[in-house]
Amino acid sequence: MTSATLRSRAWKLLEMVTTPLLPSDYLDLVSPLRAGADLRGRIEAVHPETGDAATVVIRPGRGWRGHTAGQYVRVGVDVDGVRLWRAYSITSPTNRQDGRVTITVKAIPDGKVSNHLVRRVKPGMLIQLDQATGDFVLPQAKPAKVLYLTAGSGITPVMGMLRDIEFDDVVMVHCAPQPQDVIFRSELHDLVAAEKLRLTEVHTATDGMLDIARLDELVPDWAERETWACGPAGLLDAAEKHWSEHGVQERLHTERFRPSIVVAGDGGEVTFSATGKTVDADGATPLLDVGEEAGVLMPSGCRMGICFGCITPLKAGAVRDLRTGEITEAEPGVLIQTCVSAAAGPCDIER
Amino acid sequence: MTAIDPTDHLTAEQIEELGRELDAIRDEVIADRGEKDAAYIRKVISAQRKLELVSRGVLLFSIFPPAWLLGTAGLSVAKIMDNMEIGHNILHGQWDWMRDPKIHSTTWEWDHVSPAEQWKHSHNELHHTYTNVIGKDNDLGYGIMRVDEDQKWHPFHLGQPLWNFINACFFEYGIAAYDLELGKNLNKRRRKNPEFRARAKAVGRKIRKQVLKDYVIHPLLSGPSFLPTLAATFTANLVRNIWSHSVIMCGHFPEGVQVFERRSIKGETRGQWYLRQMMGSANISGNRAVHFMTGNLSHQIEHHLFPDLPSNRYAEVAVKVRALFEKYELEYVTGPLPKQVFSAWRKVFRLSLPNKKPEVRTPDREQELVAA
Repeated sequence: MTSATLRSRAWKLLEMVTTPLLPSDYLDLVSPLRAGADLRGRIEAVHPETGDAATVVIRPGRGWRGHTAGQYVRVGVDVDGVRLWRAYSITSPTNRQDGRVTITVKAIPDGKVSNHLVRRVKPGMLIQLDQATGDFVLPQAKPAKVLYLTAGSGITPVMGMLRDIEFDDVVMVHCAPQPQDVIFRSELHDLVAAEKLRLTEVHTATDGMLDIARLDELVPDWAERETWACGPAGLLDAAEKHWSEHGVQERLHTERFRPSIVVAGDGGEVTFSATGKTVDADGATPLLDVGEEAGVLMPSGCRMGICFGCITPLKAGAVRDLRTGEITEAEPGVLIQTCVSAAAGPCDIER
Repeated sequence: MTAIDPTDHLTAEQIEELGRELDAIRDEVIADRGEKDAAYIRKVISAQRKLELVSRGVLLFSIFPPAWLLGTAGLSVAKIMDNMEIGHNILHGQWDWMRDPKIHSTTWEWDHVSPAEQWKHSHNELHHTYTNVIGKDNDLGYGIMRVDEDQKWHPFHLGQPLWNFINACFFEYGIAAYDLELGKNLNKRRRKNPEFRARAKAVGRKIRKQVLKDYVIHPLLSGPSFLPTLAATFTANLVRNIWSHSVIMCGHFPEGVQVFERRSIKGETRGQWYLRQMMGSANISGNRAVHFMTGNLSHQIEHHLFPDLPSNRYAEVAVKVRALFEKYELEYVTGPLPKQVFSAWRKVFRLSLPNKKPEVRTPDREQELVAA
């Protein structure tokens, strides 16, 4: 018998010992970061960066496979007892000696997770992690000249790159409302002092938004540079247009933080994605009735919100609880009770 | 329905107003639900797992009587916690709002021979929607007992104190059989129904796993303590079964609890539904330990009004609910555990005999409704 089959038999026996739970349910009590556990991380420190941004130092579990500079990680954080998932760029270099990773988070107004991470988390707390992902990364071959074009928290993936690999000729154009809003400002200025970076700060509160045409003046050789741009959609749209107008679009790499703008309205177009049906629904009819009316096989139970027999994944959009008026927005893993939820704008129900 | 309707003094408007007041109580808890509640259930789950681990560890040496006693007591409590405060409540979806896939009604499985999925259907959907409606809610006597004067007497019912006692000892098997609707499904044609066969198979699988764990694997691991460990797990299951059976009997069986006819729930409004839950349930009074060990089903009335609110909130909700009972001049049936258990058992004995009074029900009308 090979050791692998022996191990799998031993595991099966262990499962018989712990049934109906799994051995991992008990192991998680003592060692939540062990190899083989669901991927988690322990927050070890939170360092303020600016008035509304902070860097969170995370010790990832043993299953962490590392990252490439520029990538992001999805983190699951319990805010007021509810697990919410968000993606944040990794700002630590890939060769950090202690194996920790950092994310840098800017608290956005009304942002549940970002405010929680910047202002409320304490060292020792556990968070859920996914493996690092994203293709906003540096190429294998070193480009001779590099331009980083960033705005606001768009600097975070680029900081991961800056800290990871040194290039011979790097220029950065960064936009922020005021000098004190520039995340990593002192570190950037240290790099400038060491002549490892040329930096142009655009302070939009006084200078106005960056006009992309000004690049000719700020970075005359921009078109020869391999460029990584990250920031609000307006900046990226302008950059993409500018680069393609000059026929150098292949040198531009952009990263868009997924806009999660759900406009909660009253009723909307409901898609039953597993069945491939789309119907209009008003804001008062339960989605269970909407689905059944459209001939979709819907799981159902008490039809009054008490038995949880009808819960179904909400893939996109938002729904309103007909009893409380509470809005639930789609996120991976979110389930809704279709018998007491109505469409609050367009939504996608996995049935 | 009993001869005198204890809700007769309420007008339709009052009943709807009562419904709105109960909705407001529910909304208040939901608005306030958060980190503390999440920490509570996580703490309870963690404590239960540690207690079970330690108890089973101690039972490895159960050849020594003190270890047997300690391990058996610990395991009994761990099993009660698993079934009551944790399993029952998670399977109600009380903790789904946390969005933690490990503490969720769709993924939870409990230390019980009835698979979670089947139990959710017969309990959450049938019992909680049709609470105490004769012919719709099979929890009324579990199909083997007569628990109201309005139910027809049959000589079979003479034995119901005995059936109830056997059911208490092997309660988890009783529940599994009940979830399968065994009584109804044992005739030849139904037995062959593929849907029934699939469910029966799932129960069989669950029983095999549970029995293997409790009566084979753990005793074997104990080596020389094989027999004492076997006896310990049997005892723990027995204690858990009798305990949960007693608690559950107190929920709807004690004197003073109302039952309803099928026709009474036709076109029922939200207010009327609430009122039926209020009149159809009974509480157990006691200290915090009693509430915890009953999985807060000591607050059965509150649980039936708000089955999806986190159990740790029932105590505070109960104060407000009780005030509403007083305001609307309704009887809040409650009492200490021994009193309620005695009351339920007395009813079981009393109704094993035919009624002394003539029946008020008209069987023809009932037949008509069944046919419709």
